Amino acid sequence: MSKIELSIGPNFFNWSNEKLVDFYARIADEAPVERVYIGEVICGKRMPFNDKVWPEIYERLTNAGKTVVFSTIALPVTVRDRKSINALSADCELVEANDIASVYKRSGQPFVGGPFLNIYNEQTAKVLMNLGMETFCPPVELPMKSVEAIAQALPDLTIEVFAFGRLPLAVSGRCYHARAHKLHKDNCQFICDRDLDGMDVTTLDDQNFLSANGIQTLSHSVQAITLGRDELLTKGIGRLRLSPHNIDMITIAEIYRDLVDGKIESAEAEARLQAQPLPGALANGYVTGKPGHLWQAD
Amino acid sequence: MLGQRNDNNPSLELVCPAGTPAALKAAAEAGAHSIYCGLRNETNARNFPGLNFSEKELNAGVRLAHKHGSHVLVAVNTFARAGDTHIWKRAVDAVVRSGADAIIAADIAVLDYAKEKHPDLRLHLSVQAAAATPESISFYQETFGVQRVVLPRVMSVEEIVKLNKEVTVETEVFVFGGLCVMTEGRCALSSYATGKSPNLTGVCSPPGDVSYDEDGSNLYARLGGFTIDGFGEGETAGYPTLCKGRFKAEGETSYLFEDPVSLNAASLLPRLQKAGVTAVKIEGRQRGKAYISQVVKAFRAAVDAMDAGGNAEEEVSAMLSAMIEGGRETTGAYKKIWR
Repeated sequence: MSKIELSIGPNFFNWSNEKLVDFYARIADEAPVERVYIGEVICGKRMPFNDKVWPEIYERLTNAGKTVVFSTIALPVTVRDRKSINALSADCELVEANDIASVYKRSGQPFVGGPFLNIYNEQTAKVLMNLGMETFCPPVELPMKSVEAIAQALPDLTIEVFAFGRLPLAVSGRCYHARAHKLHKDNCQFICDRDLDGMDVTTLDDQNFLSANGIQTLSHSVQAITLGRDELLTKGIGRLRLSPHNIDMITIAEIYRDLVDGKIESAEAEARLQAQPLPGALANGYVTGKPGHLWQAD
Repeated sequence: MLGQRNDNNPSLELVCPAGTPAALKAAAEAGAHSIYCGLRNETNARNFPGLNFSEKELNAGVRLAHKHGSHVLVAVNTFARAGDTHIWKRAVDAVVRSGADAIIAADIAVLDYAKEKHPDLRLHLSVQAAAATPESISFYQETFGVQRVVLPRVMSVEEIVKLNKEVTVETEVFVFGGLCVMTEGRCALSSYATGKSPNLTGVCSPPGDVSYDEDGSNLYARLGGFTIDGFGEGETAGYPTLCKGRFKAEGETSYLFEDPVSLNAASLLPRLQKAGVTAVKIEGRQRGKAYISQVVKAFRAAVDAMDAGGNAEEEVSAMLSAMIEGGRETTGAYKKIWR
């Protein structure tokens, strides 16, 4: 009987070093997950700050028996961004590539293909497997039908789906936090640190829509893939990724642990998730190739 | 031969769009050095009804363009759907049969197939691949033999200068037309609202998901049910392209992502040339032949004027200032202040 693993994805938001250290200490001590992704993936300007705490966080998690993976930045532009990708990709044992530059610098060593890479089919996945890809976290818009087709064609590839959290929808050269505060990226005053789950973006008629996080745009809604263990195994999925939010992520991990261990059904997992103070409504439309904001129970 | 313009002479190659055979003819006659187009299916990123080329039309288009001395670049630049990659492979085969001069691709599956089956086919990396660093460009160059990279519209001129010093491939940049605010090929906003997106289906903010709803004296433009913009009496209603809408954030209503502007970097042509860019690209495969003819003529005149020497900057921008149909323009990310 196979076991479905759980992971904590890389944190997208500009959290203070104290918050990062506390967050990962709790994950190390209490979260029933096998794997944790750490590192700055959104904005290179945040690196001089949080670079200082990653070694300590890495050690804390490793000592707690977690598999720790360094995630690389999604949209490298500056020399600093590139240096960080080059160093992490060359030196670390486990790396998640979120830009093809990281795959290049990995030079054939094993890596995780992150959700920011454009891997939409089995042929692309196969080429990257030949270059060292062992785990693949599909782009969030990829329908489950396509994920299954890739899993079927490549049974040796571990598939890790983005199961919980606001959906990472886009990255840009422009910083929307800075723009909303009438600043520019170059003098942003790190204003994104005010919004621990992203800045709400609503429509003119006040419908919740998106969420801005520096150069990143996320959904306002919270993705929740709540397929049961047997369904996940049938589809060839080996791990679920839970994306960090400013809520009790230990409880979220416990709900998913019960789900993938077969202790509870999807409906109970959904009810328990709904009871949490989530930053947005639940969504799972992408799973069936529908608009990503839809929650198909509605 | 493509790319030669850069070897012995620094002239910019002008790459122009053609959504239809009529537009291709117009572009060729107006003096386009190269013309890009796509097949009429989901293999290209402008998969809109009434656009693009059948195989027969592509074959005829290549012949016609070559007669005018223009090159043809064919975009097979969406990401192949899992389980259906044969559709994209067939498209690559069709491009080769047509005698076109290069293929523009983003998906590793497509590049891999082209390299394996058609080693002599010239490969251009689509903007949809979002390769913005020497490392990512080197990956595509060394793995698939890519000869030209279309740069993402997130880079400043200064960054393009630096990049060109570090890479040996040719670079091509957008200078006119529609402007993606998000990094191309890294944006799922459209599928979040509609289920359809550039990477999945070759469309963004598709017309079939658009509605205009009146509420009193206001008109709301919606996409997939989300209000993207609203217009009061006397305001001209625009198309609800998701990233060009008006939204509320921090208690204020604004064009948060980008104003409804289009790109015009004509004034930067001399700087782009100095930056070592090989080719400049005009967006607009959805445009009619009259528009194409006018824009191509203006840009060709601008490029030729620059070749004739002197500082053409002011002349170039004057020549094109009338081109954007009453709309507003931006030089986009090329100037760092945009960020």
